[in-house]
Amino acid sequence: MTRRSAATVAILAAAIAFPLAAQPLGWEFYIGLASRVMIYALAATSLNLVLGYGGMLSFGHAAFVGAGAYTAGILLTEGIASVWIGWPIAVAAATVAAIVIGAISLRTRGVYFIMITLAFAQMMYYVAIGMKAYGGEEGLRLASRPQAGLGLDLKDDVTFYYLVLAILAAALYGLHRLARARFGRVIAAIRENETRMEAIGFPTYRYKLVCFVIGGAVAGLAGALLAANNSYVNPNLFYWTQSGTLMIMVILGGVGRLWGGVLGAAALLLAEELFSAYTIHWQLGVGAILLAVVLFAPKGLAGLAARHG
Amino acid sequence: MSGILLLEQSLNGLQFGLMLFLLAAGLTLVFGIMDMINLAHGSLYMIGAFLAAKFVELTGSFWLAVLLAMAGTAIVGMALEMSVLRRLYARDHLAQVLATFAIILIANELVRIVWGPQVPLGTPAALSGPVRLLPGLEYSSYRLVIIAVGLAVAVALYLAVTRTKTGMLVRAGASNREMAVAMGVDIRRLFTLVFGVGAALCAIAGAMLGPILAVQVGMGEDILILAFVVIVIGGIGSIRGALVGALLVGVVDTMGRAFLPGLLREFLSPPVASALGGALASILIYLLMAAILAWKPQGLFPARG
Amino acid sequence: MADAVLSIDGLAKRFGGVVAVDDVSLEVERGAIHALIGPNGAGKTTIIHQLSGALAPDAGRIVFEGRDVTRIPAHERVALGLARSFQITSIFGSFSVLDNAALAVQARSGSSLSFWRPLAAESALFAAARAVLERVGLGARADVSAGALAHGEQRQLEVGLALATGARLLLLDEPMAGMGPEESERMIALIGKLKGALSLLLVEHDMDAVFRLADRVSVLVNGRVIASGSPAEIRANDEVRRAYLGEELV
Repeated sequence: MTRRSAATVAILAAAIAFPLAAQPLGWEFYIGLASRVMIYALAATSLNLVLGYGGMLSFGHAAFVGAGAYTAGILLTEGIASVWIGWPIAVAAATVAAIVIGAISLRTRGVYFIMITLAFAQMMYYVAIGMKAYGGEEGLRLASRPQAGLGLDLKDDVTFYYLVLAILAAALYGLHRLARARFGRVIAAIRENETRMEAIGFPTYRYKLVCFVIGGAVAGLAGALLAANNSYVNPNLFYWTQSGTLMIMVILGGVGRLWGGVLGAAALLLAEELFSAYTIHWQLGVGAILLAVVLFAPKGLAGLAARHG
Repeated sequence: MSGILLLEQSLNGLQFGLMLFLLAAGLTLVFGIMDMINLAHGSLYMIGAFLAAKFVELTGSFWLAVLLAMAGTAIVGMALEMSVLRRLYARDHLAQVLATFAIILIANELVRIVWGPQVPLGTPAALSGPVRLLPGLEYSSYRLVIIAVGLAVAVALYLAVTRTKTGMLVRAGASNREMAVAMGVDIRRLFTLVFGVGAALCAIAGAMLGPILAVQVGMGEDILILAFVVIVIGGIGSIRGALVGALLVGVVDTMGRAFLPGLLREFLSPPVASALGGALASILIYLLMAAILAWKPQGLFPARG
Repeated sequence: MADAVLSIDGLAKRFGGVVAVDDVSLEVERGAIHALIGPNGAGKTTIIHQLSGALAPDAGRIVFEGRDVTRIPAHERVALGLARSFQITSIFGSFSVLDNAALAVQARSGSSLSFWRPLAAESALFAAARAVLERVGLGARADVSAGALAHGEQRQLEVGLALATGARLLLLDEPMAGMGPEESERMIALIGKLKGALSLLLVEHDMDAVFRLADRVSVLVNGRVIASGSPAEIRANDEVRRAYLGEELV
């Protein structure tokens, strides 16, 4: 077994063992925290596909997380409690949003692409505020967690944790396969030299759009999980600083690296938790760390890890 | 829809647009010359507003406070540029996003620690009353002064950029940085200066809008997005574009918010009209940006050849 | 008259007030090398851009193998058999040389909307890529990172990428740019071997190469073709000598 797959197995084993160890230690709170970290890791990984692997600086990825979250939340409010119905529809909604936003935005380049993607997310923010029937500016409180059937009670934090873990693990494995498949090679090459890719016969717009949509779809799933985790959705999910935060996680964790989204989400959220325990001014500490990473660890945390074997 | 109301809202739009211009002018030059995405620009606006509020407390004079805030924010801006931002010019946009986003967090928290989440800033006493512009139109004298200040700064900026040697260097840098450097322009010093001036402009906007919009931590994040929309519409690197873009955005946003819900009430039920109108009014400027980009992909007056 | 694989008729392009390409017509015969020469700024690369689909012409028609491709997008032209190389090296620096060639082969061998099966398993694809590398003389450098290649080798890869697309007509834009005498000899041999099986439109400044390789030469000055004929005819043409070749003649 290679060093890398050994590390992966070890991480997976630790993740599986964690709730079992946490309970006797009285660390139940951290199970909920871990679920939250994993959900953001999923969202950040989906952005990593678009931004890191695909090279598309989308500043509106929160639009898809929000679309998934709101769809899941609205369906739950309207009485559709099963995740087997609610979550696929949430993913579908995010996918449709990604197709529309991607198709339009990918006709632009550089800063214009950044601004158009940001604009779309902002528009959805204001639309969400306008939806008075579903909470408007206050957001929408959800009565309970959705139901999974199969004897699984998602209200139990441990059960929910394992569900999220399974989904995140599947997503990471999917990304791992995708990166090694034809598609992964193509988008990596497009990121490096799009002009040449056109000149050797690839319809680059099409591939970028597919990449963008896959990222949006997975983000939608993360959104649905977020809605279930918090039992709450609110328009801030769409606000540009949310897209910024996801971007920060990807950049922090390592752009274009498999574990980039996971490392970044974990680092940022755990730093927040750590600093919050000591001071209400935790943003200062987090900001300082981010600045330090940018200036001194240009390839992000995954890059540091790679350098040290 | 009365003519008086229309006129009043146009003036409001003009006022907001001119203040947006102050923010956008600095931002467009930073982006245009150094190709740097500076998310912390909104933080300078916030710092300017807070400084102004504090200096009013200290000196009792609103206008002195504004001048002091300009100086203070310019110093903060230049210090920031020389210590951190300078290292980002050579880096890619992602690194710039990460770093300047971090600066937003740090700035927000530092301001909160030093001054608290919110400070009061009132209109100067002499200007708290309305002025009669036309029979039936009484307009806030303070807002009129904002318009006057905005216009004065716009003219001063225009003269500085087109008539002075430094201004010419700035325009050269915005249109083609490599060429300007090749021709011997000390782009680093020029840039610190540009940054300082941009910061001072942010301070004016922050100080003057403070009495209207409330001086609080996080005020920079909302207005930053508008500023980016303005410079994309106007054309990156162009001050003229920033002015036109800012006026467009200011007027469209203000008029939209004022009249759209009412307009929709002609066709839809009041609650629907109000909700839809509000949402539509807020996204109007993004639709404007998309429309302008569809017509002119580089914005209205792109500086880059 | 041998059939023309490429036929350009009245091609024109202007940028603002500048006329870059002015009513250019020429033909490339099947299996032949047609060289396009002229001073810097004459419009040669602009013509290549229009032929490859990177730039839309303001006027004129481009007919490739009997089909009007004037409005067809760039990537589709490659699928039809028309590919280009770049004057300024445009390769995938962080990929290995083999992976570079493999990309071009991948483009013509089925859809890449494949998300699961590892690319490494496609041995046929890499075998074809290796074959192309052999043809351009980079067989021994297959596993080197493309960014680490010497300039001359990168120019060979430039041609190799166009070749790997399986194109029948190659548009080579100054393949010998920046090459020393030894490297140029290798490139001349390489290009010479391609003729016959493929057709080539060759833009070049290296007159030695042009007169040794070309079956036909067209001279472009200020966006217009001032002369077109066999190498010997062009060499003897007074107007061409004045405008471009100068006193010291090969």
